[in-house]
Amino acid sequence: MKKTQNVIIKGTKDGLTLHLDDICSYDDLKQEVERKLSSSTLFQEEQQLLSVKVKVGNRFLTNEQEEELKDLIRQKRNLIVEDIETNVISRKEAEKRCRETEIVPVAKVIRSGQVLEIAGDLLLIGDVNPGGTVRATGNIFVMGYLRGIAHAGSAGNAEAVIAASVMKPSQLRISNCINRAPDEMPENESRSMECAYISESQQIAVDRLQVLMKKRPNLTRFEGGL
Amino acid sequence: MGEAIVVTSGKGGVGKTTTSANIGTALALQGKRVCLVDTDIGLRNLDVVMGLENRIIYDLVDVIEGRCKIHQALVKDKRFDDHLYLLPAAQTSDKTAVQPEQMRKLVNELKQDYDYIIIDCPAGIEQGYKNAVAGADKAIVVTTPETSAVRDADRIIGLLEKEENVESPKLVINRIRSHMMKNGDMLDIDEITTHLSIDLIGIVLDDDEVIKASNHGEPIVLNPNSKASIAYRNIARRILGESVPLQLLDTESKGVFSKIKKFFGVR
Ligand SMILES: Nc1ncnc2c1ncn2[C@@H]1O[C@H](COP(=O)(O)OP(=O)(O)OP(=O)(O)O)[C@@H](O)[C@H]1O
Ligand SMILES: [Mg+2]
Repeated sequence: MKKTQNVIIKGTKDGLTLHLDDICSYDDLKQEVERKLSSSTLFQEEQQLLSVKVKVGNRFLTNEQEEELKDLIRQKRNLIVEDIETNVISRKEAEKRCRETEIVPVAKVIRSGQVLEIAGDLLLIGDVNPGGTVRATGNIFVMGYLRGIAHAGSAGNAEAVIAASVMKPSQLRISNCINRAPDEMPENESRSMECAYISESQQIAVDRLQVLMKKRPNLTRFEGGL
Repeated sequence: MGEAIVVTSGKGGVGKTTTSANIGTALALQGKRVCLVDTDIGLRNLDVVMGLENRIIYDLVDVIEGRCKIHQALVKDKRFDDHLYLLPAAQTSDKTAVQPEQMRKLVNELKQDYDYIIIDCPAGIEQGYKNAVAGADKAIVVTTPETSAVRDADRIIGLLEKEENVESPKLVINRIRSHMMKNGDMLDIDEITTHLSIDLIGIVLDDDEVIKASNHGEPIVLNPNSKASIAYRNIARRILGESVPLQLLDTESKGVFSKIKKFFGVR
């Protein structure tokens, strides 16, 4: 068997990095990690915990393999895997990430009893009627009346916002925060062009649309320039 | 080949049966051949409102289960020559006695012989509703100017929009009391139509004459002088494709009127 270096250990001031070869077989890699880490004297003197970054280059690891590698490394006394870095992700994962940052336009009235659920940002061209629900993993923009329930950041994104042409919801939710309509809603208030976000006090605040520029500058995705 | 129109609402007691009886009668008065179908199995009413109760021999379930032919079950309304018939609901069975597929077949058969099939739907969104819409080509949603009725209408419209064979539903606002609307104690027409965002096909005032007429088994459209009668006849004319402006409510402000005109393209 030819002797190659499948595992290279590098020390930096932030800790250790394991560079794992991305061409050899996964089993060879595992064996070599095992061997390298046990033989190396580097780790035996140190008492405190050492965090390691693992870089696997262009190798695709399944979740199980990632866990296996982490376990393998963790067994070596004082090592903790901080992160496994790879250049590749599965197509499914890539599509999921695309979807999550996509703006999804929907032209529809969401009526009582209906639930519209999407991954990404929702741009609803229409109303959400009382008893209707819209839910998005990202932000929710309603070009119309929001009179039902809106749940933004539904998978746990507290940065998400809800904006509506007319903001008269029965309930607002952002991530895990819930805010229901006040029992006494002044009839004559127009509540037009408003937004909702989670404020510093961890509560849902409703304000003029324009405050979002300051509160959520990341909403702007336009990269600009030619 | 005729067309089938289901009259539905979600909420009970808002006037589906009254609307079915009156639209059907008005269409017959206009010279169309009409068949009313009562799908409120177990709680039939349409026969009573039409004054045809005593002439029922067979019913919808008898037809579905093959105990008689359709024409044997149809009750002819003698007031309108050969123009108005009723297929009564069964009083003794329940709504599960009929399946949507069977209704579709039956309504299609009726469409061969009649210009309009008016289907009176039971309240609710369960089996009875599913049966009633199964054979329909068009839908009329009835609501009253109350929040709960509008909410249920919204729910029903959402369900109707999922029915591939049913055209976008049209709205009837029934039992309007103009003084309450004027004082803001009732939802106004504009509020209701923007909320439901479907076309308005008619508004009907709350009128004691409607109840009196129903109790006599004579649909109100047969009384030419009542406001509700004119409203129902106008709805029938709109179904026939005429563009008829809405009746003015006594107390209506100009703003509301111009909005109503907009719905019918009247300048
Ligand atoms: N425009 C009106 N003015 C006054 N009374 C009305 C009007 N429309 C309906 N009604 C009355 O309201 C009551 C309920 O009407 P109807 O039976 O037509 O409702 P429905 O929707 O068919 O009820 P269900 O859900 O029980 O089938 C009846 O007593 C009827 O006479
Ligand atoms: Mg009824």
